[in-house]
Amino acid sequence: MFVISGMCRQVGVQEILAELIKSGQPSIEWDLSQPFGGGRTTGTPVSCWQPVELPLETIDTGDSGQLRVPLWLRPQLLIAILLAVWQVAIDRHPAQLLPGPMGVASGILDLMEHGLLLKYVVASLFRVTWGFGLAALLAIPLGLMLGWYRRGEMAIYPLVQVFRPISPLAWIPVAILWFGVGDMAAIFLIFVGCFFPLLLTAMSAVHGIPAVYFNAGRNFGLSSSAFVSRVLYPAVVPQLLTGLRITLGIAWLVVVAAEMISVNSGLGFLIVDARNAGNRYDLVVAGMVIIGVIGLLLDLAMRSLERVRSFHWSSSED
Amino acid sequence: MRSIAKPRVWESFFWPVVAAALLLAVWHYSVVFTGTKVFPSPTSVQTGVGELLQKHVLWADIGDSLRRVALGFGAAVLIGIPVGLWLGWSAAANQVVNPVLQILRPISPIAWIPVAIIFFGVGDRAAIFLVFLASFFPIVLACVSGVSSVSPVLRSAGRNLGLSTPQLLRRVIFPAALPQILVGVRLALGIAWVVVVAGEMIAVDSGLGYLVIDSRNSGKRYDLVVAAMLMIGIIGLALDFSVRRVERIKSVRWGFRDAS
Amino acid sequence: MEFFGGLVSTAQPVVNAAGAGQKLRIQNLSMVFERDGESVSALEDINLDVSEGEFVCIVGPSGCGKSTLLNVLAGFLSSTKGSVTIDGEAVSGPDPRRILVFQERGVFPWLTVEGNIGFGLSKLPRAKREERIAHYVQTVRLQGFEKAYPSDLSGGMKQRLQVARALAVNPDILYLDEPFGALDSITRVIMRGELMRIWQTERRTILFVTHDIDEAVQMADRVVVLSSRPARIKDILTVDIPHPRNISSPRYLELRDELLKQIGLAYEI
Repeated sequence: MFVISGMCRQVGVQEILAELIKSGQPSIEWDLSQPFGGGRTTGTPVSCWQPVELPLETIDTGDSGQLRVPLWLRPQLLIAILLAVWQVAIDRHPAQLLPGPMGVASGILDLMEHGLLLKYVVASLFRVTWGFGLAALLAIPLGLMLGWYRRGEMAIYPLVQVFRPISPLAWIPVAILWFGVGDMAAIFLIFVGCFFPLLLTAMSAVHGIPAVYFNAGRNFGLSSSAFVSRVLYPAVVPQLLTGLRITLGIAWLVVVAAEMISVNSGLGFLIVDARNAGNRYDLVVAGMVIIGVIGLLLDLAMRSLERVRSFHWSSSED
Repeated sequence: MRSIAKPRVWESFFWPVVAAALLLAVWHYSVVFTGTKVFPSPTSVQTGVGELLQKHVLWADIGDSLRRVALGFGAAVLIGIPVGLWLGWSAAANQVVNPVLQILRPISPIAWIPVAIIFFGVGDRAAIFLVFLASFFPIVLACVSGVSSVSPVLRSAGRNLGLSTPQLLRRVIFPAALPQILVGVRLALGIAWVVVVAGEMIAVDSGLGYLVIDSRNSGKRYDLVVAAMLMIGIIGLALDFSVRRVERIKSVRWGFRDAS
Repeated sequence: MEFFGGLVSTAQPVVNAAGAGQKLRIQNLSMVFERDGESVSALEDINLDVSEGEFVCIVGPSGCGKSTLLNVLAGFLSSTKGSVTIDGEAVSGPDPRRILVFQERGVFPWLTVEGNIGFGLSKLPRAKREERIAHYVQTVRLQGFEKAYPSDLSGGMKQRLQVARALAVNPDILYLDEPFGALDSITRVIMRGELMRIWQTERRTILFVTHDIDEAVQMADRVVVLSSRPARIKDILTVDIPHPRNISSPRYLELRDELLKQIGLAYEI
């Protein structure tokens, strides 16, 4: 009979062990009252104090005036105000090269009319997918392995730390040298920009696995491969997902820079080209806005992936 | 905690050296093997660095890049932390401003370059503006996150001991959020360094980024290109290291669980 | 068998003498929370008088509202109905004159022991402040740790630090919300002794919330028993055993049994 203590409240372990029980391991008793190994001193029932500042669920906005704008409207209101200020500023300086919101909107319409909007967005997304995907495929297994083998990590870590701060842009000469001018070079730049952060995330994810999991796995006599698939993998997924989301954001930032290398499509190209070939700043800013919006959508998409129930078990003890 | 063997102290020097040596060897022999005329070998990079140092160009460029980082990043810290604290404290303010931030954040600093050039012309100020922009968001977001994760117990304890709101922010909320703010600061510094190099490649005519581009454009001096890249990497590492040192000060160390 | 050594033996138990100045008056206190349109009644019609220098324990099952009560008394929450007055003055917000000691994580981790204790003393001139800090370091027996940070201290030491910080601002009332709940049982016993010692020296009015019945009977002059939610005062027991209390004495066991019965627990396992 095994006694599992309260420390194993981290749900991941409970689920794994429950699975092991189902598969016919000896019976297991739960003793949730004592801390595990004396390391942490929590293990008491939840205190009944709900730390609320006010008993009622309203946000005290400190609004002294009579005008109460409903909460959902306020962000839009701010954006509208900013846009209005922008437009007024532009109107005041007609010689100004920068477009106002109106100019940007017409720029976007312009792009749509020429069928370029979709084409460029797809081109940029294509390059990001390839660069990011390759980086993930290489960096994550390598990172997990390095996180596991201390010596491997000790060897590689300083090198990674030297390469990481080098902006992908600084790799442009090398990229052109190796891949010539075009898509491959751009994808390479995105790859470089994503590889190191993902490597570090994977290594850090392995570090973050509590020792408890290892001991529990060893205790139950799991073979190495079983351990990897049944304990290691579920334990690292949440952190990996967060890292992937952040790195996807980086990839999106880099694609703009990458497309400045003589490719002939994409949002980054749009920005550079629109400026060079005729100072079409309305298109430049239109490009910026589209980049921002798509970047935001990518981020939201990744966040909803993180929220998928089956991945959502990482609960820190705090 | 991972593989069972516990490495000795000397190994923390040994293995990186082995890896670096391996890398250099692979580099050297692939240059020799492919017979490339353009891509430099490790030795030619070394002479390249020597050349740069001799011409005093390197120090000036490093100084320029660091100066731009200092100004842009410094401004981001000075403005971003109060803004972040305010947004973290006032849920109402955050709810209004956050969407704007979330839309602006994914726009690459590179994409801001044309706008920066319009406002500031080609030169120092444009680069500093880019660095500021790139560092601003991580700092603000880290502040917001830090403030909201301050335990209500600490807030209550502060109030209980008679603190007014400004005092509470200064003496309890800020110190309590500081570890997380420092993480954001370290991240922002890393980004600042990357962006200054990128910005220099496009918008100015001095600095390490410019050196990279210029070495290639005027004479295909790839030895200097790679030398400059390595310098960029090493300085970036040094910057990161120095913030990590700050993170180890006793009055913030409590907020970092020992990672390894 | 004497359990708490070093305590001043009290000849008579502290009795709630009629006419003694009421330090704390709770009258018709009710607390209702609104959550998603539903009202949840946490406290119902609490009436209690506590006199100066008394040690009162509040016990009740988990989730009953004991901590809510303390929060209202400390001024962190405002009650829906009823009033709380201390020395005749209504409680309307947090105030250094009534300090709440939390169950855990109440000390400021970025300050040393000295920094924490001196936190509420910023209005004092420097010499006085240092004197006060040194005094309370002695009181809670943390000498030698003045420059240590909370991360270097054990759980029990951190709680002692919280108590020192609370006492340093010279409050009228000390509230303790299950302060020993996060500690292991041996430390808990030691801490009870420490708290008793401090109380005997400093003689503050103390309200101590716990779910541990033994703790209540060992320490309190009076024990207030709360029902489960919505919390009402079920009973108030007077513990008339003089300190130091022998936990094997018949009277002790009697009171303990009484409490267990009040809370409705069987006492044969």
